[in-house]
Amino acid sequence: MPKVSMSVNGKQVSGNVEARTLLVDFLRNELRMTGTHVGCDTSQCGACVVHVNGKAIKSCTTLAVACDGANVTTIEGLANGQDLHPMQAAFRQHHGLQCGFCTPGMIMAAVDMVNRLGFDLSEETIRHELEGNICRCTGYHNIVKAIKAGAAAMGGLKVAAE
Amino acid sequence: MYAFDYHRPASLRQANNLVAKNGDAKILAGGQTLLPTMKMRLASPSALIDLGALKELSGIEHKGRNLVIGAMTTHAEVAGSALVRELVPGLAGLAGGIGDPHVRHKGTIGGSVANNDPAADYPAGLLALGATIVTSKRKLAAADFFTGLFSTALDEGEIITRIIIPVGAKFAYAKFRNPASRYAMVGVAVAKRGAKVAVAVTGAGADGVFRWAEAEAALAKRFNAKALEGVANPAPKGLNGDIHASAEYRSHLIGVMTKRAVTAASGK
Ligand SMILES: Cc1cc2nc3c(=O)[nH]c(=O)nc-3n(C[C@H](O)[C@H](O)[C@H](O)COP(=O)(O)OP(=O)(O)OC[C@H]3O[C@@H](n4cnc5c(N)ncnc54)[C@H](O)[C@@H]3O)c2cc1C
Ligand code: FES
Ligand code: FES
Repeated sequence: MPKVSMSVNGKQVSGNVEARTLLVDFLRNELRMTGTHVGCDTSQCGACVVHVNGKAIKSCTTLAVACDGANVTTIEGLANGQDLHPMQAAFRQHHGLQCGFCTPGMIMAAVDMVNRLGFDLSEETIRHELEGNICRCTGYHNIVKAIKAGAAAMGGLKVAAE
Repeated sequence: MYAFDYHRPASLRQANNLVAKNGDAKILAGGQTLLPTMKMRLASPSALIDLGALKELSGIEHKGRNLVIGAMTTHAEVAGSALVRELVPGLAGLAGGIGDPHVRHKGTIGGSVANNDPAADYPAGLLALGATIVTSKRKLAAADFFTGLFSTALDEGEIITRIIIPVGAKFAYAKFRNPASRYAMVGVAVAKRGAKVAVAVTGAGADGVFRWAEAEAALAKRFNAKALEGVANPAPKGLNGDIHASAEYRSHLIGVMTKRAVTAASGK
């Protein structure tokens, strides 16, 4: 079986996997990091979104072996100890979730959105950018609000840190 | 997914050797079509040859009168490229409208072209622009490359290396998306180069992407949306009808999308 090594949330990990092992299965089954969810397994829903080398991708549509040497960030890698990441805090504050199943993917997509498009996101941009993330519960309204607030909070933190 | 061997060649030469040695291997690019297909067991190659490490196959260059795009260049890279936005802005728009952000981070122009999905966006864009597909063996005009539903002129084991797109056309792509899949229900690409006009339609043809000659003739005389008013839409008979849209509705959409593309291409 091929060996893969990658950095996950800043920690070097490795394992022997079958070539057909998906990144999401490596994360969940081998590393026991179950924050990343599988909603559809058919590349539609975005529950499995993680960042690979800084970009949001669907981990159910990516082979673990193809991520050898990559930097992977999952939902578990966002919080700083007990302090939630500003995007996580915004989802909590604005009720951006109900059952929470889609939330890890939503938050990883939202952070990617901020990384690419900045801290000041319009409602229209957010809705358009969420095309790859499906939520069965909320009707999206509060997710959009949460992302707008979370993006602004990420900007504020950055300014404060400078 | 059935088990397979995985190879990640470090050079195009290695990739070609691996393809030659592994009869029913498949090339893996972004995996956004191939992996879902393998999960559904609609494909079960004995080996995957991942082009992901081949830096030589990705990137965008302006060479003479052409834009040259490496086969492994992602949709997000094409959409965000300053060069593409300046030289063929309609192509950046086309790439930016494929799927969703996560799919665009992985999916590649080479993979999209090789797959030739009848509802994919690039085939229409590249056909209208008169692009050339360069492979490990030869160069093919887009018109000779796309041969039907999910089929192309590629031989077994032939690898697409880059796409050459002549710059200088007035070009736009207008897409009516399927709201669930985001593929084109109907997509129309229009390019005007000198006196010549090309109109290419995706999402609708029973045989995949096709050129709409009647619209081209009318637009060559007068390049604006009004010129299409007397032109009958392509007959539903040669069009695809399914649960998403009937052939009649697709026929109607072709007329509407062509007008939108012409208006966008003429900058009005
Ligand atoms: C949710 C979702 C939405 C999508 N929406 C759209 C859309 O709106 N419009 C659209 O056009 N597409 C859409 N796609 C498809 C997407 O654009 C794919 O990225 C693309 O069709 C295939 O590219 P890939 O790089 O992922 O190729 P892969 O999946 O890796 O490969 C596809 C096929 O091409 C072959 N291949 C790949 N690269 C080469 C090469 N260099 N030379 C020879 N053969 C090669 C492979 O062997 C395979 O048969 C969508 C996909 C998903 C999952
Ligand atoms: S589980 Fe990956 S997109 Fe739904
Ligand atoms: S909160 Fe239940 S799926 Fe989004």
